[in-house]
Amino acid sequence: MIEVDRIHVRFGEGPGAFIALNDVSVTINESEFFTLLGPSGCGKTTLLRSIAGFIHPSGGAIRLAGQNILSLPPFKRPVNTVFQNYALFPHMTVAENVGFGLEMLGRPRAEIAATVEEMLALVKMTAMASRRPSELSGGQQQRVALARALAPKPKVLLLDESLSALDLKLRKEMQIELKRLQSETGITFIFVTHDQEEALTMSDRIAVMSAGTIRQIGTPREIYDHPRERFVADFIGDTNFVQANLSADGTVELPGGARIRAGLQEDAAVAARPVTLVIRPEQTVLEQVPEKAPLSGVLENVVYCGTDTHYHLMLADGARFVVRRQNNPARPVTFEKGQRLGIGFEPQAVQVLEG
Amino acid sequence: MAVTQPNTDLVIANRRETRNRWLLLLPSIVILLAAAVGPLIVVVIYSFLTAGDYGGVVWHFSWDGWLGVFTTSDPFDGTLSLANAHISILWRSVKLSFLTTLFCLILGFPTAYFIATRPVTQRDGWMLLITIPFWTNLLIRTFAIMGLIRNEGLANGLLEWLGIIDHPIQMMFTDFAILLGMVYVYLPLMVLPLYASMERLNFSLIDAAYDLYATPFRVLRRVIVPAVKPGVVAGSILVFVPSLGAYVIPRILGGGTQLMLGNLIELQFGQARNWPLGAALSLTLLVMVTVALIVYVRASANEGD
Repeated sequence: MIEVDRIHVRFGEGPGAFIALNDVSVTINESEFFTLLGPSGCGKTTLLRSIAGFIHPSGGAIRLAGQNILSLPPFKRPVNTVFQNYALFPHMTVAENVGFGLEMLGRPRAEIAATVEEMLALVKMTAMASRRPSELSGGQQQRVALARALAPKPKVLLLDESLSALDLKLRKEMQIELKRLQSETGITFIFVTHDQEEALTMSDRIAVMSAGTIRQIGTPREIYDHPRERFVADFIGDTNFVQANLSADGTVELPGGARIRAGLQEDAAVAARPVTLVIRPEQTVLEQVPEKAPLSGVLENVVYCGTDTHYHLMLADGARFVVRRQNNPARPVTFEKGQRLGIGFEPQAVQVLEG
Repeated sequence: MAVTQPNTDLVIANRRETRNRWLLLLPSIVILLAAAVGPLIVVVIYSFLTAGDYGGVVWHFSWDGWLGVFTTSDPFDGTLSLANAHISILWRSVKLSFLTTLFCLILGFPTAYFIATRPVTQRDGWMLLITIPFWTNLLIRTFAIMGLIRNEGLANGLLEWLGIIDHPIQMMFTDFAILLGMVYVYLPLMVLPLYASMERLNFSLIDAAYDLYATPFRVLRRVIVPAVKPGVVAGSILVFVPSLGAYVIPRILGGGTQLMLGNLIELQFGQARNWPLGAALSLTLLVMVTVALIVYVRASANEGD
């Protein structure tokens, strides 16, 4: 429904120019909760602001329902934004803020009043209608900003790091709230965040970005379980990288000499070469007898984290490996530092990356 | 007794603190009395005295100073009639001050906006350019304007050279000349407070308004102007008040014919030797400024709600 077609954005001129978006293409479906995820400076906000109309790409097209909107100014695009710091108008009441878009569209007074009421009810802010933004808490301002952006019933809602200013508890609440609003209104949400957990819990699909390009697009499960490259695997969740050698018969030789059979990516050729294995810490277990497990390491450190405990081990080739184990007082386990332990995992837990 | 003792100490301590507070305030109170309240009282008293034949005042109560503000007495039969000259000078002062404020706002607003939207490192440089005229004496700047607009000046010369006019346009000694001079001299006073409030403007508000279908003009009217209103009010006051009392600029650019209140007052203390009238005119100016300020501040405070 929103089609971003080879968008190119550069800041500055000449050899010192910074390429913020390097021919980025992505198609976002109707009524989808789509997240742009990446570290700061990866171009995610630039892409969002290009869709909103605040940045003028030097090349490419952005099509909304088939029509190229790139030449339209922001106030002619049927797209609304929830800004990072809310950007509520300080001299207007909550109700005036929410009604601003409709007023600018020249809607009749009665319709504006009705929609404002509806939107405030949707974000549970009806009681605050006549307050000023300065009289609201951060979470309340966030809700008003949402209501204001939703009131003109845009085709697409853009959210620019909209939850990052909230504290953890409020953020979790708003994550659920956002998801509810999205499914109730059926509006396409494009959400920008650097918080991978936020992206995983809310999104229908995620685009992981880095250095002005999209590295991988997929559902949260696809991105987490089947990262296509090291950057994605590293950015999403905690990850162990294990250097290994792929043989022509399709088996992988691990540090320490054990051989396992691991699933290759569909398009990867079966030929002998060095590869990197991705193994998630929570998909591994520690074995008291090292010989029983495909990998083994010396326990270096034990970190207690409340819900679970992280065991830091050193593999035979000197690389670090983390095993995560859920804490259960009914089944206490003690491993000694300096002890050699086996690291067990299922073959499905292993992802093979090139290089 | 043991219970009341600490209370008495507390009372004494409080009293001492109050006394110390007044002692510390004393220098500013003395300055205020000596520099503002005192002279003002002298002016009020002088306005009710009789004019001396060679200037100064005779210590004899009289309404003549105040009557002279709006009326003039016939030298032969002593009947009072409306002082048309004074009223036209008053009107010119108000009109030119209002126009000066308006043009300063029209010119100063985009200037301040331009500077506030430059990168942080460049802003100080631009502000320096705005304040540079302050480094030169007001008289010299006013004479420079005269050099530009007199009949043989740069503006007329250029227009004649371009063939747009045959004869020089008479610009000196007109209201236009005074207006031009005052706008030029007072413009920085408008730009400085405007810039101060624009620098604090949250520019994401502008993005938000654009995003919510506001056209550029509506963004200006509904978001930028309300946000920088304190700067507009401060700048307008800073320009309007000295404009109303302007003396040097109308004296040079208006010649002897286009007087403003400041010149009229000076005249009473100089050639006309009518100090009580001068004092009454000064107080009239003071009242006008006060009324204008109250009306303006009230009006602009209500407008936002």
